[in-house]
Parts: sequence; structure tokens; C-alpha cells
Amino acid sequence: MSGFNGFERPDGTVGVRNHVVVIPSVACANGVAAEIVRQVPQAVPLYHGHGCSRAGRDLELHFRTLSNLARHPNVSAALVVGLGCEVIKAELLAGEVLRTGRRVEYIDIQAEGGSRRSAEKGAGIVRKLLADAAEESRTAVGIDRLIVGLECGGSDAFSGITANPAVGVLSDLVVADGGTVILTENTEMIGTSHVLERRAVSPEVAERIRDMVARAEKRTRDILGPLASMVIAPGNMDGGMSSIQEKSLGCITKGGGSPITQVVDYAEPPTGKGLVLMDAPGYDVESMAGVVAAGAQVVIFTTGRGNPIGFPIAPVIKVASTSKLFASMEDDMDVDAGTVLERGIDEVAREVLRLMMGILNGEPAKAEMNRQDGILCLYTTGPSF
Amino acid sequence: MLKVNERDNVAVALREIVAGTEVEVPGRGVLKAADDIPYGHKIALEEIPEGHPVVKYGETIGLASTHVPEGGWVHTQNMGPVEVNS
Repeated sequence: MSGFNGFERPDGTVGVRNHVVVIPSVACANGVAAEIVRQVPQAVPLYHGHGCSRAGRDLELHFRTLSNLARHPNVSAALVVGLGCEVIKAELLAGEVLRTGRRVEYIDIQAEGGSRRSAEKGAGIVRKLLADAAEESRTAVGIDRLIVGLECGGSDAFSGITANPAVGVLSDLVVADGGTVILTENTEMIGTSHVLERRAVSPEVAERIRDMVARAEKRTRDILGPLASMVIAPGNMDGGMSSIQEKSLGCITKGGGSPITQVVDYAEPPTGKGLVLMDAPGYDVESMAGVVAAGAQVVIFTTGRGNPIGFPIAPVIKVASTSKLFASMEDDMDVDAGTVLERGIDEVAREVLRLMMGILNGEPAKAEMNRQDGILCLYTTGPSF
Repeated sequence: MLKVNERDNVAVALREIVAGTEVEVPGRGVLKAADDIPYGHKIALEEIPEGHPVVKYGETIGLASTHVPEGGWVHTQNMGPVEVNS
């Protein structure tokens, strides 16, 4: 596998996009962020519903996720829009971005004198940041600078036998070339802990896997009671999945067969290379935010029922599990893995790889063409106050 | 029909199958569907007695909650959860 051309950042990371983001520090600033993006549509908004009325674990999770997204490798510069009285202040978030050497500015709506003045000032700042970003260029780097995030959403009986095994082959290729792959969705590891533990590089990593999956299982049982081990989203049941073990085995094949080097927390960047597990939930939009916040520059997303979602700052490559889905949602799907049945898994994996290399170098993924930016959904463990 | 692992006692239907139809399962031969098998669902490659494991990916994905005949449709109506020991 050859390397790719990316934007080298002062903190040693490499971006595959050069976005200028507008990130509210708190949900109350979403409206002003939206007005700034209306005035300067090239800027990328990172809307979310958080930033206040949280403490402890959830405050830590949200602060880490928002900070790591604002200073993500794919981000050239950030404007943080705060309100003034929130817990996660704009100045705090901006300080975290500044530590990576990125360009960052912040404004507070209360200090600026309201929405309109804030939006005007913010739009002016963003125009300058975009002009500076346009001066930056790509340089050739190796696969060792790449982190690939893996996701699946709206799985069907084919996800686990076509799309996921093909992505598993790709994962092994990335790891073999010195890159990093993050496999997550701990609820979809329930019932397969023993399989993952066998592949851990050390007893400590095996123990972390066991703890993570046991906690995911306990949480599922606490929430769902006796039905826990049978409960899968209705879409999955309609597609022919009959138990969470069946779904889990099909899910973890995405990671391939490499040794598991580390287990990281939600939105926590890996410290080493290789196949890494992230302790994040099965809810795809939340786990994808965690994987990107951990530094994944690209996400490979397999789907059986057909999920069009993307991510504001990272290309999301959609791998359809069947030719039927690929044909019916062609505007959203990048690869037809249904052809595994005729072409074999390795050939489909090579197609995903070719497509991914093009996308790393700047070609748009379908979700980017469709501006599937959406809203950030962040993992949250408890109620607000 | 697609059998994912050698040890599996179920295969995945690659098209909708009507009860009574004979289908070819690579690596096993001809099998007669005992039930209608929806697209993407599982068909039993052999008789699965009540309480016995349903195997896919070479691993147990559940236990038969009732007797499943050869060629039967395997889903939540006849497969229950297996106790998880994570």
C-alpha cells in the first residue's frame, strides 16, 4: 500500500481535509454558529446539544470529545462560539485547540452584545481563517500516519458475511503497513469477549477487553432486563439477525485478524499503532463521534439496511452489504460489497482500499457530496442537572 | 445459500425461498426448505433438537427453543438466547 497526501499539522498529526470549523461550546450557541455558516457556507459547523449542566464523567467525556474534534487532524482552524455563562466555556475549548498549534479564535455571545453582532464578527473571523487555510498544501506521508475508524449501522444478515469481512481484510492491510484501525461499538462485542481476548497482545489488554464487554453487557441487562441478550434494533431483526451473538460475530469481523494492541476510552486518541478497540456504545452516531475525536481521519461504515449519515469533518465511506441496497441507495453508497458472492472478499477489499486512498487524497465520499453533516451526538452516561 | 463457516448448522438465504423448494448449499448439497425462508434469513442445514446450539461463524449464536427440522427457518420464533459469559 502506498502512502497518501495530507496536511501536516504542528502537533505531528496529518489531515486528509483542511476544514475551518465553527464549534459552539454550548448548545445555546448553535443558532449563532448556524448564522455564521449561512454567511460563510465554506465553514463547517459542529452543532451539538451539550456544553452545560453536566458534571463528573459526562463533563469529562463531552469536554474531551469537543476539544478533540475542534483540534482534529482534518481541521485547519477553528472558531469557538460560546454564550458566556456555560460550563464548557469557549475560552477553555479554544485553549485546548491552541495547545496543538492550530489557529483558533473564540467569541462569547453575551460579551459581543447578542446574536447579530456575534454572527457578524464570527463570519469575519471565519473568512480570514478560510483565506489562510487556502494557502496550506498537502505533502506525501506514509500509512503509519493514518487512523481508520470502523462503524456499522443498520446491519442485516449480509453485513457480517459480505461488507464486514471485506473491511476486515482492509483493516489487516492498513495494520500490516504500520497504520492504526479503531474498532468500537462495545454492545456489539457482547458474547464475543472470549474471541477478542484471545487476540490481545498482553494479559492487561485482555483484561481491559473483558472489563469493557462485561460492563457493556451489564449496562444492557440493567436497561433491558431479561430480553437483553436477544434485543437488537428492529431493523436488524427484520434483516434476519436472530441474536446479539450473531450480530456481534458479524460486527467484529470488520477489525480483521490483527492482534489487539490497546483499549482506549471514548474519544481518547490511541498512543500506539495497530488494531485498537474503543470503549464506545453500539449507537453508531455516538460511537462515530468518539472514533473521529480519537483522531480517525476517515471512517469506513458498513450498512445493510442503508444508512446515509456522514460526519462533518471526516469522510465516511459507505460499504453496502448487498447489491440490492447499493442499487436502491446509490447516491449514498460508495461500494457494493454484495459482489463478494461473485468476486470474493479479497477483490472487494481491494476496491474499498483503492477508493479509500482516493478519498484520503481529496476525492469526496458520497456522504460528503450529500453534505451529510448532521449534528454531533455525544456519548452520555447520566442525566443532566 | 451461503454457509459462512465449516462448523455452521445454518446457512444464509441469498434470495427468498418458498417452502418445499430444493436449494443448493455449496459444500453440503441439495436441501429442501421446510418453511418459507425470507431473504437474508437462516435455514437449518440439519435437524436441531430443542436446547441444542445454533452455530454460525463457527460459534454458538443461540439455542433452539423448540425442535427445528432440517430445512427449517431459524429465527427468534425457534431460537432463544444463549447464556453470555463475557
